[in-house]
Amino acid sequence: MRFLNRSAGRISRHRRGPLAGLLVLLLGLLLTGGLYTVFAPAQADTTASNEELVQEGRELFLVNCSFCHGQNGEGVRTVDGNQLGPSLVGVGAAAVDFQVGTGRMPMAQPGQQAPRKKPTFSDEETAAMAAFVASLGPGPAIPDESDYSIEGLSAEEREEAIVRGGQIFLTNCTACHNFTGSGGAMPRGGYAPRILDVEPRYVYEALLTGPQSMPNFSNGNLTPEEKRDVIAYLESLRDDPNYGGFGMGGLGPVAEGMFAWIVGLGILVGFAVWIAAHSTRSKKEKVEA
Amino acid sequence: MTSHEGENLPEKRPGSGELTADPVSDPGLPAHTWRPTDVDARAEKRAERQIAAMFGLSAVCTVLFVVSYFTLEIGEVTTTIGGLGASTVALGLSLAGALLFIGIGIIQWARKLMADHEMIEMRHPASSSPEDREATVAALNTGIEESGIGRRPLVRNSLLGALGVLALPVPVVLLRDLGPLPGDALTKTIWSEGMRVVRDVTGTPIRAQDLQVGDLVNAEPAAIFETDEEGEPLVEGVELHVAKSKAAVVLVRMEPDDIVHGEGREDWAVDGILCYSKICTHVGCPISLYERTTHHVLCPCHQSTFDLADSARVVFGPAARPLPQLPLAVDSEGYLVAQSDFDEPVGPSYWERDSR
Amino acid sequence: MTIDTSKVADSNKSAATARKPGKLGAVGTWADDRLGLATAMRKQVRKVFPDHWSFMLGEIALWSFVVLLLTGTFLTLWFKPSMAEVTYMGSYDQLRGIHMSDAFASTLNISFDVRGGLLMRQMHHWAAMLFIASMMVHMMRVFFTGAFRKPRELNWVIGCLLLLLGTLEGFTGYSLPDDLLSGTGVRAADGFVKSMPVVGTYMSFFLFGGEFPGDVIIPRLYVAHVLLLPGILLALIAAHMLLLVYHKHTQWPGPGRTEQNVVGYPLLPVYAAKAGGFFFIVFGVTAFMGGLLGINPVWKYGPYDPSKVTAGSQPDWYMGWPDGALRIMPGWESHIGPFTMPWNVFLPIIVLPGLAFTILLLLPFIEAWITGDKRNHHLLQRPRNAPTRTAVFVALMTFYGLMWAAGGNDIIAIVLGFSINQITYFMRAAVFIGPVIAFIITRRWCISLQRADNDKLLHGYESGVIMRSAEGGYTERHLPIDGGRAYTLTARDRDEVAASRGETDANGVAAPGTGRIEKLRLRLNRGWYGHNVQKPTREELEEAHHHAEHEHELQAGLDHPADGHQFDGHHTVEEEALRGGKN
Repeated sequence: MRFLNRSAGRISRHRRGPLAGLLVLLLGLLLTGGLYTVFAPAQADTTASNEELVQEGRELFLVNCSFCHGQNGEGVRTVDGNQLGPSLVGVGAAAVDFQVGTGRMPMAQPGQQAPRKKPTFSDEETAAMAAFVASLGPGPAIPDESDYSIEGLSAEEREEAIVRGGQIFLTNCTACHNFTGSGGAMPRGGYAPRILDVEPRYVYEALLTGPQSMPNFSNGNLTPEEKRDVIAYLESLRDDPNYGGFGMGGLGPVAEGMFAWIVGLGILVGFAVWIAAHSTRSKKEKVEA
Repeated sequence: MTSHEGENLPEKRPGSGELTADPVSDPGLPAHTWRPTDVDARAEKRAERQIAAMFGLSAVCTVLFVVSYFTLEIGEVTTTIGGLGASTVALGLSLAGALLFIGIGIIQWARKLMADHEMIEMRHPASSSPEDREATVAALNTGIEESGIGRRPLVRNSLLGALGVLALPVPVVLLRDLGPLPGDALTKTIWSEGMRVVRDVTGTPIRAQDLQVGDLVNAEPAAIFETDEEGEPLVEGVELHVAKSKAAVVLVRMEPDDIVHGEGREDWAVDGILCYSKICTHVGCPISLYERTTHHVLCPCHQSTFDLADSARVVFGPAARPLPQLPLAVDSEGYLVAQSDFDEPVGPSYWERDSR
Repeated sequence: MTIDTSKVADSNKSAATARKPGKLGAVGTWADDRLGLATAMRKQVRKVFPDHWSFMLGEIALWSFVVLLLTGTFLTLWFKPSMAEVTYMGSYDQLRGIHMSDAFASTLNISFDVRGGLLMRQMHHWAAMLFIASMMVHMMRVFFTGAFRKPRELNWVIGCLLLLLGTLEGFTGYSLPDDLLSGTGVRAADGFVKSMPVVGTYMSFFLFGGEFPGDVIIPRLYVAHVLLLPGILLALIAAHMLLLVYHKHTQWPGPGRTEQNVVGYPLLPVYAAKAGGFFFIVFGVTAFMGGLLGINPVWKYGPYDPSKVTAGSQPDWYMGWPDGALRIMPGWESHIGPFTMPWNVFLPIIVLPGLAFTILLLLPFIEAWITGDKRNHHLLQRPRNAPTRTAVFVALMTFYGLMWAAGGNDIIAIVLGFSINQITYFMRAAVFIGPVIAFIITRRWCISLQRADNDKLLHGYESGVIMRSAEGGYTERHLPIDGGRAYTLTARDRDEVAASRGETDANGVAAPGTGRIEKLRLRLNRGWYGHNVQKPTREELEEAHHHAEHEHELQAGLDHPADGHQFDGHHTVEEEALRGGKN
């Protein structure tokens, strides 16, 4: 056997090298890890039993939510009869998924308006708390994607859904949330938030559960198909290009007027100043020919 | 430092238009100074080239405009650029360039190359000269004298009378058919006894148990969705809009304990479900901004706020009257129906409105 | 009209003297043989116009009007002013199959199926906004500089009418597409009409051809928008320009400028070039905005439906202030027998704008009455030199601005996080208190600016060089302003408070014009002028200069105007006595 295997390929030469074993070990680890990730159960709650989930949720609830909502979600009233946190019996998993998933809960301070903020809990924790609250009393469940997506429909049905969704949107939603979902003012500092880029699941849950001051649009009010149509319309609004140029926030004539004055008049007055300004002067004298 | 207030206010009548040039006398127009383009031939040529280049750029933009028009699509398939509609943006920017470059070029021409000596022109008084005035007055007088209008009151007055009778009544009368007289149209809506309350857009009737506490339904009278044997709508077009503009309602369900019934209105609600006119009593915008926790509904137009738990009385804003309430009942199949039309006119106030 | 041309021909040398024997060319000769144009054009071709940027604000309005005519004509080629119901089958997917008026459907067609259509629609809308905004800015310039005084009061009146009609034109225009937002505005307009006593419902039914919404309002608004109002606007603009040419433009005071002359540049070529170039610039900026900034996306609003509405329902900005008045008005309604009088709508939307417009129209005449000034004025006043007039207008602007902000109270609420209720309460008080505060502050500010001007005249300008004396005291060196600037600062009238005439004569007969109205006028006159600071007299000026030389040797002035480079080494100053007369 020759000492230097020059005729073999470059990789071959390294096969018996000292690092080869290490490399094989690493590859093996990667492979098994990857296979595990692909084939292992996706979420803890699909494998853990419902009872375990409810128990986990209960523990989270006691620590984070019971101060305002009571140890059994029965709600807490202050001495003056004001409400610190409403009863959660019967609000259903959908309400928890919405409130906690959008970061509204836990609230920074009690009040009517719960602004959306960075969620405090992970998806698993949210699901656990949702299961616990669902166990308190029957209420709306977290919707399935098929509930709010028009994926499975034919092209014609999709278009019909979007058109109908638009009419429902304009009748029920734009009064508070504005024609393009940019939000609107409500009394005493409240507001209906921007909904144009909210996840479809949360839109569905908000319609179903009527969070904070928002009215309910229960399934007896807007059927699940109608909710799906509204969501489809919102998505189409989001996916549409701005046909006429930048949208300036989608706030209507007030923003347009501001731009007319600041941009339009500003530029034109700037031009006027330039036109009438004295041009550069020279020190030389003109030699009359 | 001494105050000059009141010191220099001589109490006399103003002069005849001469400006008091005290205390500094007019130094006259400053001497003309030249621009670089006037004295330096190179600067002049450079300015000329600059201006010509602007006009050239404008032409380039025009070409871009024409190209964009024919290549960028709109309609079914819209070309986009950066999330914006490409056709509009490209046409707009190229048109803007084409126009702006011409404008800037012309202005630069005026500023850099056209003669910029300041000139003086004398003003003339706005009024005519006394001679002109006299002559005109004399001419007018002669004319009027010759017409005899001063000396012939019969002719004059009868002409004025005829003109007056013609000018005022004829155009006014011709406009009579602009529209029908109001009559009592504003006092009624399409609602009637036993008419079902249906969901807007879909037209489906509503049962009380469909609604939960906190629900807000935008609703209409069933008449709006009725069709004839061929499936054609019975109320459509103008009639539909006129009907909707007075008949649109909102249904809200709240805890029965929260409701403060109006006088004689105890049986107008069904299981805590109340029905109110959707048309604001201020100037008629439709309202459905409902806060379920306070039971207040807000109008987006001028922020009138009504308390739906208390017969929709006004709690804030420029509205003067509560929203009319539609009395509800349940029909034999369990659907919500109206007991009758509204008991007062819907919408904005007007002069003949019964004072209630 | 006969115009005295003798003075003009004498003074404006370039006007009437041709260098070569008149050579008009064939076309010119043909036209002149029939129209006598040369006589009419003789003085106008080289007419002198003064140069200042603030004189171009009215041009913005003029050129935006031209842009409106051009883009509007484009739109009329496709727009269908009909409320007949059609089923939309165009390119905008989200509305396919929906019943809508033909007006809305044709607007969608223009936006999505006509190339350049959306651009033209947006340019038209932006130009309308610029038209009214520039008219307002122009009006402010005219008022603050006193350009509305005799002989130009009528031009002011015409201008105010143009502003009013422009606003109406805008309202009718944006209502034409019959979309949800503008339709809500038309609904509100119906409410306004109904609020009028006695005739309200009749006017509403006549306007809409029956009950709201009817099917004729869009065609009627269309006729007003493309025929009636533009016709009147064109006629008024022509009259406005004619008066401007006849009276000649006002000018700022300065060296060589008097009440009897105009100093500037000739119409041909300089002004024609500047104005013509500015037209292209206005057009270009409108195209830029129309292409890049989306405005009024009617497809998102959808067709008008009386049971639909959007949050943030506002009219276009120029109708914002009456909307604000409407929002902050308390809900007052009275019942007079069997009749209802809705004050909550009638007062803010019918009475207030009518009153405001009337006051605006009458401002020149009110000022002329108070000041008793019957002279012609062709030289402008700096706003600071008419403190009361400036303060009055700033107060009016404050009122306007607060109402305007109140009209956007819900947008302010969501953008800034306020409560609409609090904003409304605040505005209810602010619209009364704000103008008063603005008046007081503005007047004092103008008067202190007048004092600053006088300081400059008497003591020179602050050169920024601090000198330290031997005793350790610091003073700032002042240098005299040059003659031209000094003249500009003093080229204004002294204010003259009207004298009160004797009350009664020997027989106890009251002098004519001494009644209560005249007494009121005198009081107002004293208030108008009383606080103003007047320019120094020649004696005061000389005394001040004397002072500078003798008492403050450090502040010795130069014997020629300083050019500002005395102390920075920019050029040599060896011969100049800069430091107390000794080098």
